[in-house]
Amino acid sequence: MARTVWDSTVGKKTVMAVSGLVMLLYLVAHMIGNLKIFFGAGEFNHYAHWLRTVGEPFMHYEWTLWVIRVVLVVAVVAHATSAYQLSRRDIKARPSKYVHKKPRASYATRTMRWGGIILGLFIVWHILDLTTGTVHPGGFETGKPYQNILDTFSTWYGNVIYIVAMLALGLHIRHGFWSAAQTLGAGSRTRDRALKTVANVLALLLTVGFIAVPVGVMTGVVS
Amino acid sequence: MKLTLRVWRQKNADADGAMSTYEVDGISPDMSFLEMLDTLNEGLILKGEDPVAFDHDCREGICGACSLVINGDAHGPERTTTCQLHMRSFKDGDTIDIEPWRASAFPVVKDLVVDRSAFDRIIQAGGYITAPTGAAPEAHATPVPKPDADFAFEHAECIGCGACVAACPNGAAMLFTSAKVNHLNVLPQGAPERESRVLDMVAQMDEEGFGGCTLTGECATACPKGIPLMSITSMNKEWLRATRKVSKR
Repeated sequence: MARTVWDSTVGKKTVMAVSGLVMLLYLVAHMIGNLKIFFGAGEFNHYAHWLRTVGEPFMHYEWTLWVIRVVLVVAVVAHATSAYQLSRRDIKARPSKYVHKKPRASYATRTMRWGGIILGLFIVWHILDLTTGTVHPGGFETGKPYQNILDTFSTWYGNVIYIVAMLALGLHIRHGFWSAAQTLGAGSRTRDRALKTVANVLALLLTVGFIAVPVGVMTGVVS
Repeated sequence: MKLTLRVWRQKNADADGAMSTYEVDGISPDMSFLEMLDTLNEGLILKGEDPVAFDHDCREGICGACSLVINGDAHGPERTTTCQLHMRSFKDGDTIDIEPWRASAFPVVKDLVVDRSAFDRIIQAGGYITAPTGAAPEAHATPVPKPDADFAFEHAECIGCGACVAACPNGAAMLFTSAKVNHLNVLPQGAPERESRVLDMVAQMDEEGFGGCTLTGECATACPKGIPLMSITSMNKEWLRATRKVSKR
C-alpha cells in the first residue's frame, strides 16, 4: 500500500497534506509557547526547561522533546520530498508557456513553491540561531532562551529574516490548510466557506503570534 | 468588424511553431469564433496559403472537439466552448491571440490541433461500467436517490474537451478524471468497479504525464460545463477509500 501511495500523484499529495498538518499542529503549540516571553524571563525560561522534562518520570530528561524533533524531521523531509517530486513533474507536464499571459490564481497559491523554499531555509537558520547557537549573535547560553531571543532580535537582520519568513508562513498556511482538506477529501460545498475561514484565521493568528515576539523586543516591551 | 489575429502556426508535431499575424475583415458580431476562423481560412486558401488547422465537430457545444486558448483563456472569455463563443464578445479592431492547448500530454499535431488521445486512454482504464448491453433497462429497476442522480449528472456533463488541462499551470487532468470517476462511482451501476475505477484511472492519468493538482482552481474556472473544483476533492476521497479497501484484500 505504501508503494502505491507514493507512486501516485494523489498519494504524494496525501503525504504532503498529512505532513503539513503535523507541522501546523506543532506551530500552534510553538506560537503559544513563544507568547510566554511577554511574562518575563522567569516564566519563559521555566517553560523552556519544562519542555525538557515533559513526560517525566515515564520519559527521561529531553526524551519527549527528541520524539517531537524526530516526528518533525520526518514531516519536513516527507513534505519537501513530495513537493520537490510533484513540482518537477508539474513543470515537465507544462513545458511551453502561453504567449498570451494572464496573471491568475491568488498570491498565496502562486507563491507556494518559493514560500516553501524560504521556509525551509528559515528553519535551518532558526535552528542554528536559537537551538545550537552556531550563528547566534552574542554569547549563546543553553538554558537561557530569554536572553538568546533578545540577542537575536536586537540585530536588524534577525528581525528581517524572521518577519519575512513569518509572512511567507502565513501565505503558505492560507493556501496549504485549505488544500490539505481537499486532498484528504474533507472538503465539500457546504463546508468550503468554513474551511477557507479556518485557513485564513490560522494563517493570521500564527503570523501575528510569531511576529509579536520580534516586535515586542524592538519596541522594548520585552527587554 | 475588422480584427488582427495572432495565430500559432506549426507545420507538424516535430517542427518549431511561432505566432503569425493575420488581418480579417468583414466579421459579423453574430458569427461564432469558428466561423470567424473559417473566414480567415477562406482568405488564406484564395491566396494559396496553408489554412489554419483547428479541431471542430458538432459546433453545438456538446462534443468536446473544439479547443483553442483565446487571449490566454481556454475557450475564450465566455464560459462556453469555442464554437459557442460569438464575435460579439470582441470589439472592432481587437487583436486576438489564438494558441493551442499547452500540455506535454497533449502534443501539438499541427497549428491549433493537439492530440488528446491521452483522455481516451484514461477512459479505457476505467471510465465505463461492465454491464450487459442490449435494450435500455426499465428506468425504475435500479432506484437512484435524487441527490446522487444530480451529482452524477453534474459530472456526466464533462465533454472531455481538455480545457481544464490547458488552463492548469501544472498541465493536470484532475478535473477531467474526477468528473468521470465521480459520475460513475456515485451510481449503483458503477458500484462493482468503484475501487478499481478510481485507482486505475488515476494511475493512467499519471502514466500519461499529466501534472499534479495544486488546487489553483484554474480548471474549474475554464470548464465550459461548470464541473466544480470540489469534484477533485470527491475523487481524492474516493481514491483514499479505494486505497484503504484494496490494501485490506
